[in-house]
Amino acid sequence: MARSVSTGQKIGWSIAAWVVALLIFFPILYAVITSLKTEQEAIAGFSLIPSGTFENYVTVQTQRDYFKPFMNSVILSVGSTILALIIAIPSAWAMAFAPTKRTKDILMWMLSTKMMPSVAVLLPIFIIFRTFGLLDSRVGLTIMLTLINLPIVIWMLYTYFREIPGEILEAARMDGASLWKEIVYVLTPMAVPGIASTLLLNIILAWNEAFWTIQLTTTNAAPLTAFIASFSSPQGLFWAKLSAASTMAIAPILILGWFSQKQLVRGLTFGAVK
Amino acid sequence: MGSITLKNVQKHFGEAKVIPSVDLEIKEGEFVVFVGPSGSGKSTLLRLIAGLEDLTGGTITIDGKDVTEAAPAARGLAMVFQSYALYPHMSVRKNIAFPLKMAKMEQSAIDKKVEAAAKVLNLTDYLERRPSQLSGGQRQRVAIGRAIVREPSAFLFDEPLSNLDAALRGTMRLEISDLHNQLKTTMIYVTHDQIEAMTMADKIVVLNRGNIEQVGSPMELYLTPRNLFVAGFIGSPRMNLITGDYARSKGAVTAGIRPEHLTLSKESGTWKGKVTVAEHLGADTFLHLDVEGIGQMTARASGEFGAHHGDTVYLTPDETKLHRFDDKGLAIKA
Amino acid sequence: MATQNTRTLARLMMAPSVVVLLIWMAVPLAMTLYYSFQNYNLLTPMNVSFAGFFNYQYFYTDPAFFQSIWNTLLLVLGVLAITVIGGTAIALLIDQPIFGQGIVRILVISPFFVMPPVAALIWKNMIMHPGYGVFADIAKFFGLQPIDWFAQYPLFSVIIIVAWQWLPFATLILLTALQSLDSEQKEAAEMDGANFFNRFIYLTIPHLSRAVTVVILIQTIFLLGIYAEILVTTNGGPGYASTNLTFLIYRTARLGYDVGGGAAGGIIAVVLANIVAIFLMRAVGKNLDK
Repeated sequence: MARSVSTGQKIGWSIAAWVVALLIFFPILYAVITSLKTEQEAIAGFSLIPSGTFENYVTVQTQRDYFKPFMNSVILSVGSTILALIIAIPSAWAMAFAPTKRTKDILMWMLSTKMMPSVAVLLPIFIIFRTFGLLDSRVGLTIMLTLINLPIVIWMLYTYFREIPGEILEAARMDGASLWKEIVYVLTPMAVPGIASTLLLNIILAWNEAFWTIQLTTTNAAPLTAFIASFSSPQGLFWAKLSAASTMAIAPILILGWFSQKQLVRGLTFGAVK
Repeated sequence: MGSITLKNVQKHFGEAKVIPSVDLEIKEGEFVVFVGPSGSGKSTLLRLIAGLEDLTGGTITIDGKDVTEAAPAARGLAMVFQSYALYPHMSVRKNIAFPLKMAKMEQSAIDKKVEAAAKVLNLTDYLERRPSQLSGGQRQRVAIGRAIVREPSAFLFDEPLSNLDAALRGTMRLEISDLHNQLKTTMIYVTHDQIEAMTMADKIVVLNRGNIEQVGSPMELYLTPRNLFVAGFIGSPRMNLITGDYARSKGAVTAGIRPEHLTLSKESGTWKGKVTVAEHLGADTFLHLDVEGIGQMTARASGEFGAHHGDTVYLTPDETKLHRFDDKGLAIKA
Repeated sequence: MATQNTRTLARLMMAPSVVVLLIWMAVPLAMTLYYSFQNYNLLTPMNVSFAGFFNYQYFYTDPAFFQSIWNTLLLVLGVLAITVIGGTAIALLIDQPIFGQGIVRILVISPFFVMPPVAALIWKNMIMHPGYGVFADIAKFFGLQPIDWFAQYPLFSVIIIVAWQWLPFATLILLTALQSLDSEQKEAAEMDGANFFNRFIYLTIPHLSRAVTVVILIQTIFLLGIYAEILVTTNGGPGYASTNLTFLIYRTARLGYDVGGGAAGGIIAVVLANIVAIFLMRAVGKNLDK
């Protein structure tokens, strides 16, 4: 696209693109607007201008203890991600820098575990969790989220690690670095951007996971997914308040997501599209 | 310090015998160049010496000590990689200091050594920069600096100039030769470029398919190539190899004559040829000719020789400089 | 290209993840397989007995089973059609020189980050509600009768919501693929006399085909497991009108307490997912060889 495009054309494309973008974004925007309305306004017909009350946010916290599921979401998503990284980093390192003939098979097999439908193992997991007293516990759910996202974490790290040239690690070895020092001084600093992206994407996936979080919790360990899903028939909590709860549930992850666009493509396609 | 002996060194990758068996003696302070086409096993041989690959068989001795099983760092060697392999997240100073830090040297001693190396390599002004902020030549010098500070018993270079442009390559070649003269440390240098080999080496090792074809000084290889492969590989433009009646008349299966040992004339000579391409370099003229009864030949004239595409030119070989090879491609001793 | 030493170490480093995933895959799956041949109801946990193929037979002869398979198929295909076609169009649009491209991108990908229950509730209450939703407001504005989406078109409504969630994914991947198309290639084609239409047919589409394959396969994996959107909006109804296989198994297992039946359904779901998985693995595996 070296040639300049006429301004008229550019304006035309821009209008079209903005209309489409705003239409797609509209439901989110409307939820945010509704959260700033009073309950009467919320059901009074279409309006983009709220009276601007923050009362709903206060009510959600005071009446429903919003902070508790929010903290559960934070603990579960961050906890499971860190746990997954601890298990995944050594194995991704090994596969990227000491590949064998079977490395590819192992990677494919790991990917295949991700394809198992969750619902197929719902009952065994439920029974195992019940037996070990893990139902509705943060520990249990953290383990669960770690397991279901581990393949993606390994894959993402693997594709990032593979981009680090092997010669640099050999140089470190020649320079007298032990394996441990090689990892601390050379590999880790070079891999930090990749690890950070993996961390970010995995937090997003764990935050939004809405099968196991709903199945395995009731009140204690319930994160925002389960909390919001419990309002499928809105008794007691009305739309403006529901919108306030929804806005708070999606805002942090939406912002994280905006920062991780590029990594998202890579992570979710297992490196097939970069 | 710095003598290296390879005895019956073998390397197989699965079924592929990349290096069937190599014996080689490298003396202290020598500048040895491994040269050969790609796939000749020259880089593998270097990596075996470095300890980055396991030997399939044989032994490697450095300064009389068997290091066949030793870890790379324990061999006291330093290596400069083709991609330079600088640590991108460290400043130039930290890159050069890294091996010293790994050796647990004191910080003040490290600083002194890094400053000294930087001075030798003209890097003093760049010490705080990151590798990405340096030019190709500067990166190369940082890689060399990182090797120098360790005071290794030998330097290993793996095609270090192949990522540089032609002009810079010439400069760096001089700098590395200069460095060798100053340090007098053993250097092993891998390249596919026979000009680098000729200009820098005390001793050239010509490799082909994992075998050593010939070992010798540049002039030995130029004057008395042991076989057709070496004859064709060393020298630029390549030696003309002639089969048929002419070779037979000289008692050989193949006769070789270098382009610079052909006298050009527009009037008369042994062979008559038609110019296909003429390359005028000013100092030299290279003529590519279609010669009657022989085929394609290349001739080199010193200075300008006024011939162009389609012209007829006569060639006369300097028969004292003729190389003769038998049916196995081995040189026939005079 | 490594020494024996590093290879041994590598194996050690891989062990934790391999062991963990092996257990995670094998144990529950083996249990599911075992239960699928048992009469086991959580309401009467004392009466467990061997059932043979009864659970499968039961599941197979249940009319809800075929409806749920059909619904699953419609859901997957419907969402795929909307997201692939829409995603290509939007990606081409954003790839044009436009003002504020960065913000447009952000707006377009946002729905992907909305957790399923929230997405479903926003659409259910604020967009599609027959009384107070935006669609109803528009209908009323034109003097039309508002549609009761979840009563009249339950499955279609779910498709719309899920498509909205996945449209950003398709768009983003197709856009990434579009932008990786070598501009020199485009220029070469222009020099060769190809007009915009020809360039689209002969350069862009072949270039996108790989990304489209990836989008279809990955989305299919996730779409087969759609659950929360149905739970929050229609709860599978009316009747079984919006029940997919995942939701049917959930109903049998968790609401019906029928472990054996649920397990048999689970095994069927595994078989279905595997058929898709084989294709996906091939597509991804090819990429590894590069």
